[in-house]
Amino acid sequence: MTDDADSKGTTTADGFRVLWVGVKREPRVFIVATLGAVLFGVLTVADAWVLGWSTQHVLIPAFDTGEIGTDLLVWVFVLFMSVAILRAIGIVARRLGGGIMYYRMQSHTRRGVTRQYLALPMEWHQRHPTGQLLSNAYSDVEAAWSPIMPLPMALGTVVMMVVAVAQMFVADVVMAIVGLLVFPAVVVANLLYQRYASPLMTRAQGLRAEVSEIAHESFDGAMVVKTLGREVEETDRFRAKAQELRDVNIRAGRIRAVFDPALASLPGLGVLVVLAVGVSRVSSGATSAGDVVTIAYLLTIVSFPIRAIGWLLGEFPRSVVGYRRAKAVLDATGAMSFGPDELPRTDAGALLQVEDLHYSYDPDNPLLRGLDLEVKPGRTVALVGATASGKSTLTSLLSRLVDPDAGAIRLDGRDLRTLRKGELPRDVALVPQTAFMFDDTVRGNVTLGADVPDEEVWSALRTSQADGFVAALPDGLDTKLGERGTSLSGGQRQRLSLARALVRRPRLLILDDATSAVDPEVEARILASLRDDVHGAAASLLVVAYRKATISLADEVAHLEGGRIVGRGTHAELLESSPAYAHLVNAYEVDPEGSSVDAGRDNA
Amino acid sequence: MSTTAPAATAGTKMDSGEDIGAIATIRLGMKYSPELREGIGLTMLFAIISSCGQIVVPIAVQQTLDRGLNAPGGPRLDYVAWMGVLAAVAIGLTSWASYAMTTRLFTTSEHGLATLRTKAFRHVHDLPLLTQNTERRGALVSRVTTDVDQVSQFLVFGGLIFVVSIGQMLVATVLMLVYSWELAAVVWLAFLPLFLSIRWFQKKLSAAYTVVRHQVGVLLGAISEPVVGAAVVRSYGVEDRTQARIDTAIQDWQNAYTHAQTYTVTSFSLGGLSAGLANAGVIIIGVLLGFTGDMTPGKVLAFAFLVSLFVGPVQMGTQILTDAQNAISSWRRVLGILETPADLIDPGPDGEVLPRGPIDVRFADVTFNYPDGPPVLREVDLAIDAGTRVAIVGETGSGKSTFAKLLTRLMDPVDGAVLLDGVDVRRIEPRSLRRSVVLVPQEGFLFDDTIAANVRYGRLEASEAEIRESATQLGIDDWLDGLPRGLHTQVGQRGESMSAGERQLVALLRAHLADPDLLVLDEATSAVDPALEMQIGRALERLMQSRTSVTIAHRLSTAEGADEVIVVDKGRVVQRGPHSVLVTQEGSVYAGLHASWIAQHSQV
Ligand SMILES: Nc1ncnc2c1ncn2[C@@H]1O[C@H](COP(=O)(O)OP(=O)(O)OP(=O)(O)O)[C@@H](O)[C@H]1O
Ligand SMILES: Nc1ncnc2c1ncn2[C@@H]1O[C@H](COP(=O)(O)OP(=O)(O)OP(=O)(O)O)[C@@H](O)[C@H]1O
Ligand SMILES: [Mg+2]
Ligand SMILES: [Mg+2]
Repeated sequence: MTDDADSKGTTTADGFRVLWVGVKREPRVFIVATLGAVLFGVLTVADAWVLGWSTQHVLIPAFDTGEIGTDLLVWVFVLFMSVAILRAIGIVARRLGGGIMYYRMQSHTRRGVTRQYLALPMEWHQRHPTGQLLSNAYSDVEAAWSPIMPLPMALGTVVMMVVAVAQMFVADVVMAIVGLLVFPAVVVANLLYQRYASPLMTRAQGLRAEVSEIAHESFDGAMVVKTLGREVEETDRFRAKAQELRDVNIRAGRIRAVFDPALASLPGLGVLVVLAVGVSRVSSGATSAGDVVTIAYLLTIVSFPIRAIGWLLGEFPRSVVGYRRAKAVLDATGAMSFGPDELPRTDAGALLQVEDLHYSYDPDNPLLRGLDLEVKPGRTVALVGATASGKSTLTSLLSRLVDPDAGAIRLDGRDLRTLRKGELPRDVALVPQTAFMFDDTVRGNVTLGADVPDEEVWSALRTSQADGFVAALPDGLDTKLGERGTSLSGGQRQRLSLARALVRRPRLLILDDATSAVDPEVEARILASLRDDVHGAAASLLVVAYRKATISLADEVAHLEGGRIVGRGTHAELLESSPAYAHLVNAYEVDPEGSSVDAGRDNA
Repeated sequence: MSTTAPAATAGTKMDSGEDIGAIATIRLGMKYSPELREGIGLTMLFAIISSCGQIVVPIAVQQTLDRGLNAPGGPRLDYVAWMGVLAAVAIGLTSWASYAMTTRLFTTSEHGLATLRTKAFRHVHDLPLLTQNTERRGALVSRVTTDVDQVSQFLVFGGLIFVVSIGQMLVATVLMLVYSWELAAVVWLAFLPLFLSIRWFQKKLSAAYTVVRHQVGVLLGAISEPVVGAAVVRSYGVEDRTQARIDTAIQDWQNAYTHAQTYTVTSFSLGGLSAGLANAGVIIIGVLLGFTGDMTPGKVLAFAFLVSLFVGPVQMGTQILTDAQNAISSWRRVLGILETPADLIDPGPDGEVLPRGPIDVRFADVTFNYPDGPPVLREVDLAIDAGTRVAIVGETGSGKSTFAKLLTRLMDPVDGAVLLDGVDVRRIEPRSLRRSVVLVPQEGFLFDDTIAANVRYGRLEASEAEIRESATQLGIDDWLDGLPRGLHTQVGQRGESMSAGERQLVALLRAHLADPDLLVLDEATSAVDPALEMQIGRALERLMQSRTSVTIAHRLSTAEGADEVIVVDKGRVVQRGPHSVLVTQEGSVYAGLHASWIAQHSQV
């Protein structure tokens, strides 16, 4: 994206290409805005004409004759005011139209970009920092369409310019040609500007994203920063980027500072040259003094459009860069593909089969290596494995957050990849290890927008033992939780996250260590109710757990180690057959005696 | 205590900045960015010179035509040549002044804004946790990124030009008065409605742009949801609903902008109407004056020219004023951060420095409630001796994390005091506090960097050998050595490329490296497998010998190993003492928790 080489000469063309996309998308608003601008341009000329008319027909005769008819004065008033009113209408159409088009185009692109955010796979998200994605969706989009605002004005004045140029040629060809030399000069100035400014704009836009990344991450981790007293270091990190951005902006500003007055003065210089040429031609009798006046006047009129066009072109480098960055998101591929299959419409638990599953984050270090697993309908399987053995990875494969490198996962005999979109979430619910709360009400967080009657919400909350604290909240189910549920305790968040899964009555429920912040007592209650009541005990259950209570609930335990299931059977069988398993789950029992004696020693 | 608790001061809301007036905003802005004032006089001079550029060409043309071309004795080439050279020099001079002005403006404003950005960023970190949480992350980020960008546009292309415009307007007024006070009065009368309406428009615009900036924050918040909560959105198949929420935010944003633009456009077109009125008035009244006074057609025409000198800057001025509202409301939002009091009072340099060595802790009748919430801790009064290992247990939501946050001064009590080594935490110098007291929070957070960089947050200068040594002490060196890239492993955003257990290991290592005298662990090993957890527990037992430690855990194995257990229930300390004593207190909260824990871990 930061390839300067190909952005150099073509920025202008690319800029127009971006605009053309906008014009095609919003042709009507564009036309209204442009007509408004043309109206404005025409009436600007008309204003001068009205002044001329008033001078000739009112002012001079009045002073000459010493009297004036009221009707003439009324005419003066009417003419000036109609021009002013029409011009005001032109302004409204131009600016409001331009604004609306600008905002609409931003909205269109943002809708596209955010749709991509939702469609692209997890793996893509993990590669892109939150701050950058926010910046792509906001400031890049804004930059991309920024030339739309000055566009109608520029176009409207082009019309004026064409008229003026035609008049110049009618007046005197030689002087017209001399005057028109201004145009190639403008083009050259602009090309130079693009050439020097583009790389800086690209850099600045990238830095904006980086600044936003740092801010986002740092605010996200504010608690860590605070508890370790690292405010100074964080500020230094931010300052360094902010200053880099500042310096790039200043350099870009300096280039702009050269370009703006150059563009502004080119027509003026043109006028002077025309005058010089004109006067000498008048001396030699080649043209009349009147023509010189006309051409000089016309060139001055043209000088304003050239500036307006300059404003437009000045936005191009930023626009092209912003558009490219947003386009990179729009063009990103890898969205998950879905098949045509459906799952049976039944309440019975689902059959989950995992066969020879392979998955790695890093090809050199495969994580899952030929994993086999089966959860029969209505059965509960506990998945046990050491820290970082790949349990969460497996659960994310099962809920198709990622697809396996090799092997197959089948639900009721159908490969997950052949299922229609929406089928899997309907029947499978994953309660992740880290509870995530939306910036929404309790109800919204549980139902996620589905139309669920309140009794069912309460029933799910009861099962997850969340009913008590929800009832105590000021607005009950309608209490807003704030971003990521910061107003709840860790255990309360976990329980809501559990309720979110329960309320959907999934046919396969996957709990990824989802009760770690819940007290043992509460957990016991939750598990008890899960056991009796995952809707008639019909649902299949896969639980990642260490607690023996959980494990003992399971019909079968699967021990994950080295990327494979190395042991299957009941808890007792595994304890017997696998020392590694025993070491892992019995850890709490080996120790307590010693230390409680220890603790009893020095305190009464 | 029976005294009514004073209103909570712990959670001052983030200042939206909305109440800062326009002038106050600029004054305050100057205060926080002193760079903006630097060399402003000279810049102003350049601005004035460069704005003269706009009249150089018209004057030159007029002079050339009058005295060169239409000179009594035929066209005077030499005069034209001189005039041309003079004008060219003038254009060169004004262009150069314009260049100098723009560069200087870019330099000072970018410097000023980088400073402002950095100060605001820093201040966010200085705000109390609860205050930080009153604003969405996305909005907070926008306040140090896009909002600042908005101000920069205004400072470079608005501020000074506005002052210059006012100047030009005044000069034009004086000139008009010299020509004819009657006509000058006419012009001012024509513009009076505009001037009078400016205040009204400013108010409307200010309100409209405040809504706009607010919607930008909402929009960023909505966009960040599918980015941060990508996994939940996918596994629950709620893409459509999430998109619907984003679409609403996009639409609201668009409406807010369109609404604001309507006012801008109206106020601008009003300027055009006034100009029409002024022109008509000048001609009509000029004619009428001609009958009674000493008015001549030449004077009227000259006056018409003066009117255009007056109208130009007025229109430029209103344009800038309307655009300024957007910038000002952005500026306000940035300044609002800085104006939010950091209400955890910083004792500054007079603060006490904690001596190194184990710390004793005292909670003196501490009562706490979250803003607008019920009391979460009530009259907690307890002492923890230096060098003891204390475990805190209690049900979900009972107030354990709140206790930890008060202890580490992430918040201040509403009533009562927290004392460390006999000193009220409010009087301890922050650096010293953070140096001596470290909290490992319930929600681990890692920065998108390597493991080494993350643990260095604990001690900046730690060498790799020291980190390794720390890991060995904690008993997690096997894990570290097992990682293919060891300390150089990238942890991903928020640490998401690590397993949940690994994230906790890194956080623990980070805290251990910080070498605190009081270590507070809030569920710090909740996701680590039992075997490893016990191993770490034993290591901590050793390491904590010369320190005070407070550990919150649901796994009662931790409590069994502690010197003393504090049982919290519904915000009150209901039991304390060594494990061995507490378990024997029949019917007590602790006995209940313990029975449940045993039940869970002995089931087979
Ligand atoms: N997004 C990722 N990118 C790269 N590596 C990853 C990613 N997620 C996990 N890993 C690595 O894969 C391994 C398994 O992680 P996983 O989260 O599946 O473990 P886990 O069994 O759930 O552990 P825990 O009990 O701690 O939750 C770990 O070594 C982890 O570092
Ligand atoms: N930022 C907050 N704003 C409002 N209320 C809060 C906030 N944080 C916590 N609470 C409420 O205060 C109470 C105590 O919360 P706290 O986090 O201290 O509980 P905890 O004992 O740590 O629970 P857990 O074991 O679940 O972590 C809870 O009812 C919680 O909802
Ligand atoms: Mg995990
Ligand atoms: Mg807690």
